[in-house]
Amino acid sequence: MSMSGGRALNPGRWLGVPMLLCVVATILFAAPIRIWGLQLPEPVFAMVPAFAWAMIRPSILAPFALLILGLFLDIFWGGPTGLWGLSLLVAYAMVLILRNAMTGQSRPMMWAWFAGVTAVTMVAGFLFTMLDSLAMPSLLAVFWQFLVTALLFPFAHRLVDRFEDADVRFR
Amino acid sequence: MPFREGPLGDLKVPLTWTAAVALIVAAVIAVAFLLADRRETLQEQAYGVTRQTVDVVAKPVSGAIAAPGRWTGLGLDFVRSYFFTASENRRLKTELAEMRQWRDRALALQDQNERFKSLMGLRTDPPIPMATARVVSDSRGPFANTRLADAGSEKGIVVGNPALNERGLVGRVVGVSNGVSRVLLLTDIASRTPVMIDRTNARAILTGDGGPNPKLEYLRGVDPIQQGDRVVTSGDGGVVPRGLPVGAAVKGLDGRWRVVLFADQSSIDFIRILLFKDFAQLANEKELQAKTLPPVTTEDPQTSILSVPTPAPTPAAPATTTPSAQPKPPTAAAPKPAQPKPAAAAPAPTGTPQ
Repeated sequence: MSMSGGRALNPGRWLGVPMLLCVVATILFAAPIRIWGLQLPEPVFAMVPAFAWAMIRPSILAPFALLILGLFLDIFWGGPTGLWGLSLLVAYAMVLILRNAMTGQSRPMMWAWFAGVTAVTMVAGFLFTMLDSLAMPSLLAVFWQFLVTALLFPFAHRLVDRFEDADVRFR
Repeated sequence: MPFREGPLGDLKVPLTWTAAVALIVAAVIAVAFLLADRRETLQEQAYGVTRQTVDVVAKPVSGAIAAPGRWTGLGLDFVRSYFFTASENRRLKTELAEMRQWRDRALALQDQNERFKSLMGLRTDPPIPMATARVVSDSRGPFANTRLADAGSEKGIVVGNPALNERGLVGRVVGVSNGVSRVLLLTDIASRTPVMIDRTNARAILTGDGGPNPKLEYLRGVDPIQQGDRVVTSGDGGVVPRGLPVGAAVKGLDGRWRVVLFADQSSIDFIRILLFKDFAQLANEKELQAKTLPPVTTEDPQTSILSVPTPAPTPAAPATTTPSAQPKPPTAAAPKPAQPKPAAAAPAPTGTPQ
């Protein structure tokens, strides 16, 4: 589609490709590998697009893409259906509301924001699981997953950098 | 007429608002999914066609991804065994000498056990068939702990079958498709397994919470458990057979009793799935479905213990009356064992409990 002599960004590039990469990374890290008795960590790769898509720009397609990604996580990991879809949408909504405060901040500060949003998502997942299963998940296990997920910020930063100014309609 | 040329063509909705509406719609759909989910019931119907389809697709993909890791592990084992052969040989010799003593003791106990069984006429459980499967995918998060195994309905696996590795119980099957099955681990938050403390026979429910060491809940009795006690399945409720090894009891940092799982001490590559559904399969179904039923005798209502005792019959009474209709006087009902009466003089009433 041509508009004002520029070129609009194809949703497949900033939504489809990161989604696919998240699916591949999730399947890779689910491999039953144990080295010296230690298993691979299980980060929530979908937190990267949940944070970055809301930072790049508001979109109609992004929430549904996150919902699909969340449903995939639930089914692939064998968890309750809708748990991660809802948790990721909480993260997306939070960033969407606070994006004016986040935009233009330094990289360490953005990392702190990413960790904060991840923490809120994990707490949301904790609460939804409590309501669904009527049992309390292990706080230590939740903390470990939060820690390894918070380390994924460089990928979110790269995604934001790559597509923040890519669409001529939003310049 | 194209939309842009119509009266609404100039209408411009702020993108943030449309995104917010999309977000709310997506959230409503997610909530509906979560409310409709019946995973925690662990029933066959709760595992939908979508999950089965994803499992079938994920099996070859995850299997291909897991293969290099498995090969690397095998290679490392080979290199390690090459460099540490001498020390391993010494260790194995010591272990073998110790095991020989245990073997002799086990054989003696087995012999004694067989004799006791035959003396008591004890009916033991028949061996349960099992299917071996390789784990191709493993989820370890706080909200879901499951494994995908590459054996399914074609091997007779059904929902509810317990899964073990060489050390102990791993979990139970919650979803089956052709060629693949999903095992819910003991550590999953939805997992509840009836167990007992081997030393005291105290019952408890092993409850997963997403961490590595599931909790022991509803533990009853006075001083029922100690640090290091062996925990095995109790078989209560017919979910899993009795006596499968589970783990060792430890006191957690939160003051609750937890279990260090034996299954975690070994490789997670292979699991054995017991084709055990419930205790009904342990009975001989042919005997249960026998057409000829054993004779059933019922109490004569006229001689009920609640009714008024009838007077003793006269010696001239006709012999055609049933013995149960002629209750003997108390003296005749309890003959001395040293003086048994002849069978012809006092025929035993047929149909009365012996």
